[in-house]
Amino acid sequence: MTQGQKTTPVIAEATLPGGLWIAFTATLRRDVTLMFRRRGELLNPLVFFALVITLFPIGISPDREVLALIAPGLLWVAALLAALLSLDSLFRTDYDDGSLEQMLLAPQPLAALGLAKVLAHWLLTGLPLALVAPLLGVTLALPPGSYAVLALSLLLGSASLSLIGAIGAALTVGIARGGVLLSLLILPLYIPVLIFGVGAVQAAVIGEGVAAHLAMLGALLAASLLLAPWAIAASLRISING
Amino acid sequence: MWTFIHKWGSPKWFYAMSARVQPWCWAAALILIALGTVWGLAFAPADYQQGDSFRIIYVHVPAAFLAQSVFVSMAAASLVFMVWKIKVADMAATVMAPFGAVMTFVALFSGAVWGVPTWGTWWMWDARLTSMLILLFLFLGVIALRGAFTSRDGGSKAASVLAMVGVINIPIIKYSVDWWFTLHQSSTFSVTSRPAMPTEMWLPLLIMVLGFYCFFIALTLMRTRSEILRREINKRWVMDLAKEAR
Amino acid sequence: MAFSSLGAFFAMGGHGPYVWAAWGVTALLMAACVIHARIERRQLARVLTRRARRGGTSQPHQASHADDP
Repeated sequence: MTQGQKTTPVIAEATLPGGLWIAFTATLRRDVTLMFRRRGELLNPLVFFALVITLFPIGISPDREVLALIAPGLLWVAALLAALLSLDSLFRTDYDDGSLEQMLLAPQPLAALGLAKVLAHWLLTGLPLALVAPLLGVTLALPPGSYAVLALSLLLGSASLSLIGAIGAALTVGIARGGVLLSLLILPLYIPVLIFGVGAVQAAVIGEGVAAHLAMLGALLAASLLLAPWAIAASLRISING
Repeated sequence: MWTFIHKWGSPKWFYAMSARVQPWCWAAALILIALGTVWGLAFAPADYQQGDSFRIIYVHVPAAFLAQSVFVSMAAASLVFMVWKIKVADMAATVMAPFGAVMTFVALFSGAVWGVPTWGTWWMWDARLTSMLILLFLFLGVIALRGAFTSRDGGSKAASVLAMVGVINIPIIKYSVDWWFTLHQSSTFSVTSRPAMPTEMWLPLLIMVLGFYCFFIALTLMRTRSEILRREINKRWVMDLAKEAR
Repeated sequence: MAFSSLGAFFAMGGHGPYVWAAWGVTALLMAACVIHARIERRQLARVLTRRARRGGTSQPHQASHADDP
């Protein structure tokens, strides 16, 4: 349901130069608008993130030294789970109201439209999570000097998480109550991102170079950016056509 | 060559041909595993460091090899199914997944048991054991996804996509876990990576690995044949087969 | 032969429980795989012969699949 299609015939749209870009931005704009209409849902991952972080000082120890030791891992795991929580709804509403089928029929490649949806999802979950993480880092007594690295690693990492997670979301969108299954499918694939993300923050804490870790996160992002859209498109086709 | 491959893609042809190959695979598996067992358990010399507990290697390593190979074979079969729509490939992928999960579990269990005499604990977040655990979750995910679909065709395709995504991720996961482990490594030594093993120790290991592979091929052929019958039960040739058998 | 007696063989130099547990579970699970495959096969054979006896002309209803045309 792109805006370009409303004004011009479908065939002409496909041959127009820039048709792909128009469809991409239109899908992105549509998704962002739709997500902003449900502002409560938008806040949920952030609240979840903050809540999980609150549980750990209570569950383990309020001792600042203990917390500082485990803070990088805690922040990353909690952010990862928060991102996972929001994935189930990525394609769900579009699947229910039939607009996903419209995207399948659109002349533009489904991979590009899927990528636009993932980008919208990342802008409204991954990005806020990365920005909020330093604040929560303060409460966990994360040593100073690692806050920028924490935000940057989450910024890069959560984009990969959104891309990889979208494959799982696309595979399970046709399944009723696919939420638990989604985490089973996706969490093992998240492990490399987690390892390098936490690695970057820990390296920053002990004052080592972080470039290698961030480069690995960038490489993971590049690889998933290259491959995930095709897997997402194939999975959406399977979920809709059976 | 092309027609030869296409013939194997036909369930009827596969059913007939695999019946001829299958007994040889079972025989090879039985002989190799029996030879490897006797040699490994009774004749191979004890390890100078670990003593006789090292004999677990003869089940641990073949199972670990096989677990990874099963995932790769499953992904390859999935690729064949998705690209050329060859249904036999999907049937093979269907029966490979549970066996792969069993082999991963065997590798994990034997590794954990081996850990008691070597590390003094049942579980160690060792790089190999951790990657094996993740592999187990990947297998379980593929099985669960296939089962979650109500239409068989949808489940097959979804499981195929997941198997292919998983197989791209396996080397990345393995590399990152190895890297993570070297970062956190305390004073432990890895069980299997050691300098030159004497011939009388690794030869039975090689035999066991080959035996396990033959077992995998034989079991996959057998179960794929059952899967063919199950899915093609309404086809003419299956009916004829049943009448002949009577 | 790496062992002097049968008793030494079962003791595995003090590591007996570990070695036998690992080997036992492996053997058990592999045997279970084979047995499961055989049971599966025998059940299918039974279904098939039952159908063949019916003549195979009547439309079967219990095994209609979405992917069969």
